[in-house]
Amino acid sequence: MTFLPILADSSQPLVQTLVFDALRLKPNAPLRIGYSLAIVAAVFGGMVSLIAMFCIWWERKVAGHIQSRPGPNRVGPIGLFQSVADGIKLLLKEDLRPTDADSFLFKLAPYLAFTPVFAAFLALPFGPDLTFEPRLNVGVFWILAILSLEIMGVILAGWASNNKWSIYGAMREACQMVSYEIPLGISIIVGVMTAGTLNMVELGHLQSGGLHTWLIFRNPFVFLSFFVYFVASLASNKRAPFDLPESESELVAGFHTEYSGLRFSFFFFAEYAAMFIVGGIQTALFLGGWNDPFGIIGKLYYEYSLAHNTTGLLVLNVLGAGIFSGKCLAIIFVQMWIRWTLPRPRIDQVLYACVKVLMPAAMVILLGAAVWQLLFNDLSFGGMTHTPVPWADYNPFSVADWTRGQAFPAMVVQILLTLVGLSLFGLVCAWVAFAFLSGRKQVLRLTDPTAIDEVPPSLVKA
Amino acid sequence: MPVAVDANLVQTVLFYVFALMTAGAAIGVVISRNIVRMAVFLLFTLTGVAGLYFLLDAEFLAAVQLVVYAGGTLILIIFGVMLTSKSPFSRFEPKLPEVIVATSFSVVLFVALVMGIVHRPTTTEPPAVGSGYPIERFGQALLGDYLVPFEVASVLLLVVMIGAAYLAKRRESDMPVQELTEAPKRAKSWS
Repeated sequence: MTFLPILADSSQPLVQTLVFDALRLKPNAPLRIGYSLAIVAAVFGGMVSLIAMFCIWWERKVAGHIQSRPGPNRVGPIGLFQSVADGIKLLLKEDLRPTDADSFLFKLAPYLAFTPVFAAFLALPFGPDLTFEPRLNVGVFWILAILSLEIMGVILAGWASNNKWSIYGAMREACQMVSYEIPLGISIIVGVMTAGTLNMVELGHLQSGGLHTWLIFRNPFVFLSFFVYFVASLASNKRAPFDLPESESELVAGFHTEYSGLRFSFFFFAEYAAMFIVGGIQTALFLGGWNDPFGIIGKLYYEYSLAHNTTGLLVLNVLGAGIFSGKCLAIIFVQMWIRWTLPRPRIDQVLYACVKVLMPAAMVILLGAAVWQLLFNDLSFGGMTHTPVPWADYNPFSVADWTRGQAFPAMVVQILLTLVGLSLFGLVCAWVAFAFLSGRKQVLRLTDPTAIDEVPPSLVKA
Repeated sequence: MPVAVDANLVQTVLFYVFALMTAGAAIGVVISRNIVRMAVFLLFTLTGVAGLYFLLDAEFLAAVQLVVYAGGTLILIIFGVMLTSKSPFSRFEPKLPEVIVATSFSVVLFVALVMGIVHRPTTTEPPAVGSGYPIERFGQALLGDYLVPFEVASVLLLVVMIGAAYLAKRRESDMPVQELTEAPKRAKSWS
């Protein structure tokens, strides 16, 4: 499948070409390597830390509001620089190591946990041309593979600490990993099967025709596998209902009990960056990647590519990156919301949920998706070997094009599913808005010692 | 063609980095006496091999290498060590006969490998290094021409799984089943 990336010369990413043109440099190999390294150092190193620091602040803010307290609010406006202050504190802390720990492994483990997460950013498609390696043919699979290395760091940390809590945390992580990886992988396969590609940039282009072409709405089974993926990804992130490896109430801090200072912060950063990546896979695979719900970016991108309008393309890329990050952050918000709402199950309940509920569900969904593809004709125009791309191959808003592609039933199903999804989303939004509005009149309780429910109406500020 | 030479140079440097990582970590596996450390060295060996696959443009193979060996098998090894070893830092002390058998096996393998490399057909063209290969064709080959080997391998895995489950099953003669108190009973009924 060839896409437009500035038409013929797809070996030269757009942004790189623009930078080189601006600096009047010939793009030879050493320069390109240097450019790549600079991108890794500046953009990715900075971005990963920024995302992690922002998410940590946000998590504390969300937790605060859910627990009826303000959360961090001293450092900077609405406490925004709290993470910076914490970072400085963690940097200055003494680097402690238990005497009986396996020193080599103890030092190695945080890096083993952090590096894979960092490397996974390689394939995340922030925009059509804002992907670090757009030619990675196995993008989704690569992220899954590299993220499975992170577990190694966690297990080693628990093992090397030589501490019973840490070991328990590590054991739980290993158990959990064996149980969630299968439903996680299968639910991704369902999406990939429908799209017909593993390349994350191509996935984005396939979903560029508005809401009803997003993969989640392609057929009912992808819709279901979206939720299976979400639950399994909570387990893979060690996020709240499934945060058994570090459950504070029983294991002190689980696998990172013995870690402090900078080494601890590596684990912390890895967790939040992994949240972003897991949300990123979900966005790119199910929720249309960098595309807006109306297909505007997709249409304009196609037109600008034909017209070689690089400025327009650049603007679209920046917009797309904003949309992509926004979607990821929305998913992260739901993860946080769940974390501060649901209690933690026991480890056997987690294994039960993953192996006996999620796994059969994922299998059924996989089978259903396969049968669906056999029975329902997805869009097909004669002689085409790839999945049709909106705007390039057909107009997603024209019924005539869908009929020409012999996919009228598919279109009806997609529109129905879109309506279902939209109404679900609307319900959730209404719920949040209601909670927000009805909570506003209880602001006084923060300074008032009275119980929350018993604030007399006379005390409530207008 | 300075550009091509530079590209090759980068490839070569990366090859030596990965090769060094693979070989060095492999030596670490052999030298180390601590089983968990061995597993960690093995992790670096396997990751280095995955890097070599990436250099050969075999992206899918590289990802499989990472997910199956580095991600899956190694974690199971460590899991096994954690569950079975008695001391926290289990040592590995092979006896003399074991050393002799292992060494002879390695020597035979090494000689076979060297012979294989020396006597390889000299005229094979390396595949053109491009932007990867179509993953679709790979999938179709796996479910088309190579369906039978693929399925036979999965049957083999099934046999292994059944065997493991059988071994792990508690036999009635092994030990008396402890009578559960009220709380765990309730816990059991949950799942």
